[in-house]
Amino acid sequence: MIARTIAKSVFSEWLSLLRKSFRLIGPVRQGDQINFAPLAEGEGPDLSFQNTRLSPKEWVQPASERLFQFSLDPANTEAHILKEVPWDETPRLLLGVRPCDARALNLVRINFETPEYTDPWWKHGRDTMTLIGLGCNQPCSTCFCTSVGSGPFDPVGLDILLTDLGSAFLAQAATEKGAALLQGVPQGTEPSASDQSQAETLKKEAEQALPPQVAVDRLKDQPLLPLFNAPFWDEVQFACINCGTCTYLCPTCWCFDIQDEVSGTEGLRMRNWDSCMYPLFTLHGSGHNPRDQKLQRVRQRFMHKLKYYVDKYGNGVACVGCGRCVQFCPVNIDIRRVCNLMNAFQAN
Amino acid sequence: MLTYTNKIQELAKRLLTEGKVDLVIGYRQGTIPMMNEPVQVKSADQTDQLYWDSFCGVNLANYLPRRTERIAIVAKGCDSRNIVVHLQEGQVKREQLVILGAPCQGMLDRRKVWGRLDGLEPLKALEDGQQLIVEGKGFKQSFDRSEFLQDNCAICTHRNPALYDELLGDLVPEQGGVDRYTDVRAIEKLDPEARWQYFEELLAPCIRCYACRNACPLCYCPTCFVDESRPQWVGKGLDQSDIRTFHFLRAFHCAGRCTDCGACERACPVGIKVRQFTKKLEKDVWDRYQFEAGIVLEGRPPLDAFRPDDQEEFIK
Repeated sequence: MIARTIAKSVFSEWLSLLRKSFRLIGPVRQGDQINFAPLAEGEGPDLSFQNTRLSPKEWVQPASERLFQFSLDPANTEAHILKEVPWDETPRLLLGVRPCDARALNLVRINFETPEYTDPWWKHGRDTMTLIGLGCNQPCSTCFCTSVGSGPFDPVGLDILLTDLGSAFLAQAATEKGAALLQGVPQGTEPSASDQSQAETLKKEAEQALPPQVAVDRLKDQPLLPLFNAPFWDEVQFACINCGTCTYLCPTCWCFDIQDEVSGTEGLRMRNWDSCMYPLFTLHGSGHNPRDQKLQRVRQRFMHKLKYYVDKYGNGVACVGCGRCVQFCPVNIDIRRVCNLMNAFQAN
Repeated sequence: MLTYTNKIQELAKRLLTEGKVDLVIGYRQGTIPMMNEPVQVKSADQTDQLYWDSFCGVNLANYLPRRTERIAIVAKGCDSRNIVVHLQEGQVKREQLVILGAPCQGMLDRRKVWGRLDGLEPLKALEDGQQLIVEGKGFKQSFDRSEFLQDNCAICTHRNPALYDELLGDLVPEQGGVDRYTDVRAIEKLDPEARWQYFEELLAPCIRCYACRNACPLCYCPTCFVDESRPQWVGKGLDQSDIRTFHFLRAFHCAGRCTDCGACERACPVGIKVRQFTKKLEKDVWDRYQFEAGIVLEGRPPLDAFRPDDQEEFIK
């Protein structure tokens, strides 16, 4: 695939060019953190981060998304008819996304586009999004992408992968769409052999900075029920306060809740993020709650990512190793530790 | 700090061996720098995982409601005050508890450490007296720990436990001459539009994860008002009116009960200064009743009792 070297001195010119075809979304500073937000005209991305606080999933699966609108006004001849909220057709470009997050946007497709059903909102959000990623020269100590089948320069899910060479970026196309974007770009030059070898070195160094910390090799063969009933869950769950930090910061947590909201006679059908940590998540209309204990909810999150998903799809764990939950769980429940407990478990 | 760790382990071992308690609630060393994990220890041979340093900001009183066992619990000044509040509110019984009081010099805020490191990643943070030594790839820096006190700890006037059965060390001098409400007064002085704007900006990053609520020992309601579904009281999305409703109502529900332990702010993954709301109510309760929550076990808190001479000029 095509590759180009783009000097940092002309990087903003390249962005101006891209801006003609896309709405740009990139990392910007928000208080003590960096998150993805629309880049205003003339605003460049802030690439001084190791990882963004929130994952970019909200740009494909918004935390609150309007699906339908309706009227309850009896005078309205179309009262009680659900109408789709018009879709924003503007092509969008997610700039500076880390390989782990891009991989996550790819991974969750298995949930939203199945042979039986397609989630049109998610698909639309994903298909209108072009991804230009930024490889990780300096991964965090909490990163473990290399333990879950990925890496700091993994191009999976990306259209273009950027490698920061200091005074320039090496831009490597990973898809046809990415190749088309790099083709004939006036700011780009054919990468020199030294650009290529510098990128290779950076990749190797970053991978070496990420020694395997999490073992996943035995998860698939673990017998389900003994693992479900394993005694370690009691110890794992104790500290959990059942907040939604892990699920809302997680790039692969995809669960949602659909709600109707009405103001006066006008209504909206909304889709909001939901979390398996919340007791309400599984509360039945009857009042029965099959997961009314904290232990059951904590176990569900880890079993879903590291066992049920593994068994159902056979393509590894539903975790990309971004480390956000490790860093921001208020009570330090560490998925790396839990995964190792699950992997090493010996059923009697 | 090490002396507290040793003392906690020693007391835990003794209490469990003698069968005085069924479990000990404390901290164990975290898997990442500047974080520790609440832990329950049920047998004497497990007590060596108990640990203490200046990053034990989680309020352990949060783990007490609805428990029926006999429990030994490590408690800083604020944790002990929340235990008193639990006792007054009938969440746990005094005879169930052995309180291991931790005279506290203030907990440290890892975000302040991050801020000081200018993008460098800390891999180790060790304490040496009043110094915090932070190490990472290619750097080692030493700081005065007072730089990194959690905001609530910097203005804390109850560092010693209000109620305890054992002490982990000598009582510490309380901070004098502290003005707890400079920030609240600054907000009170704003005109309504500016104040509204201030709150809007304060809450803009909220993602409704409820970490603030769930880290709070006061928030033990079996069903929180935001989780009521029949009928539903509050919208579930990111509409600003719903976000405001959650934060404002939660703060009001903590009025006269909040000990300013800072657990809410510490837990927030997006850095919202949640205490701006609870502190205003704490100040109001102080101004009207000269009352601080969780200091005295006896008697009823002011918002829990009626007195004929209660101020009621707000009823018009």
